[in-house]
Amino acid sequence: MSARKYVKLNVNGKPYEANIEARTTLADCLRHNFKLTGTHVGCEHGVCGACTVLVDGLAVRSCLIFAVQAEGMIITTVEGLSSGNTLSPLQAAFRKHHALQCGFCTAGILTTTHALLSNEPDADANRVREVLSGNICRCTGYVQIIDAVLDARAAYKQGPESGR
Amino acid sequence: MKAHRFDYVRPARLEHAIEVLAEHGDQAKVIAGGQSLVPMLAFRLATPRFLVDIGRLPDLNRVTIDDSGIRIGALVRWRDIECSAELKLAHPLLVEAIRHVAHYQIRNRGTVGGSLAHADPAAELPGLALTCGAEILVVGQRGQRTISADEFFIGPLSTSLRQDELIVELHLPPWRVGRRWAFEEFSRRRGDFALAGVALFYDRQQNGHAGNVQIGAIGVADTPIRLTAAESVVQGKTITEAIARQAGAAASESVHPADDIHAPGEYRRALIGVLTELALARASGLSLQEHA
Repeated sequence: MSARKYVKLNVNGKPYEANIEARTTLADCLRHNFKLTGTHVGCEHGVCGACTVLVDGLAVRSCLIFAVQAEGMIITTVEGLSSGNTLSPLQAAFRKHHALQCGFCTAGILTTTHALLSNEPDADANRVREVLSGNICRCTGYVQIIDAVLDARAAYKQGPESGR
Repeated sequence: MKAHRFDYVRPARLEHAIEVLAEHGDQAKVIAGGQSLVPMLAFRLATPRFLVDIGRLPDLNRVTIDDSGIRIGALVRWRDIECSAELKLAHPLLVEAIRHVAHYQIRNRGTVGGSLAHADPAAELPGLALTCGAEILVVGQRGQRTISADEFFIGPLSTSLRQDELIVELHLPPWRVGRRWAFEEFSRRRGDFALAGVALFYDRQQNGHAGNVQIGAIGVADTPIRLTAAESVVQGKTITEAIARQAGAAASESVHPADDIHAPGEYRRALIGVLTELALARASGLSLQEHA
């Protein structure tokens, strides 16, 4: 056994590899080793939601999973939500509704609500509020975020991959 | 903060996981979903030298429902319970309690075994297990043993699990059809730890009296506890607003929570009375009038 580990991860459909300490969180591995800095790290103990990514299609806090644990899992970060410079329907709705200000929490809120709408395209305002209780935003007061998420629902109702 | 350095193993078999635990003693920690352990590591409240990842061990993620009750594997996640139509029929109180566990993202990884082993006094599943008289099946070098919930939780973040032992499953006794039940908790933000909570059920007898009354509380002591004083008030009675209020008062008088950064002890004490009353009213289909 060694405290350093060689990991191979699948992120946004591409293979990545790194030689890291076992204690490296998935969040730090994405940012420091793979230079995918769209994922933000806020509290580092699972409270703020800023580092949320998708693991096998489910929203997961990437500061609460070590990179070695994620081997063989399908990981999607905020960089993987859209293709190129074209905003996804959810991202476009955030822009339309001014659903961000400083933007620090936005990556985690986009990944969280993308997972939500992919699984529950009919989520109502209460459900969106309940889910967003796990993401701290100190700028917007959430009102525009909820408006944006509700507005983006239509794009997700045409099938599981329709929100991309 | 970052975790202290540790080494990581992911055994393919349960026997191997037990061997590693036995070899490294208190230097090793089990990780599955990691939703309670990783914050402990990040704060360096735990600094194990070895993490034993049981997250992919086979056969620990099953739920079985039969005449002997409900068996829930240690690796079953909150999400699995919340989304299970079978469990909602087989044990509605369990599903309602689990709906209150943590936030959306954490519910996708947090596990039954992890919550039991972490033994937070305000956590829902340990409280539910105690209220329902559940048993916890564990396995270690000396083989399997079954520990009743009232002997499993021995203090804050402390259990009677030995260092070489792993939780295999939670066994809930069968749920009687038509049982009256309720789960009530209060937290300042949805998904945060409860300041206090109450789980209860009873079987309504033919004469309308409440029998087999079981009331448990979280967040008001070093472990989840049974509110036996409140149970005595209700046992054998027809539940009215007055009885629910008396039971709430008895619940408050029987607990002595300490002050901490989240709330003064007196606040939690008042809260447990209100929650007991509310839960009894909800279970019995009463609508309570606002009162001071």
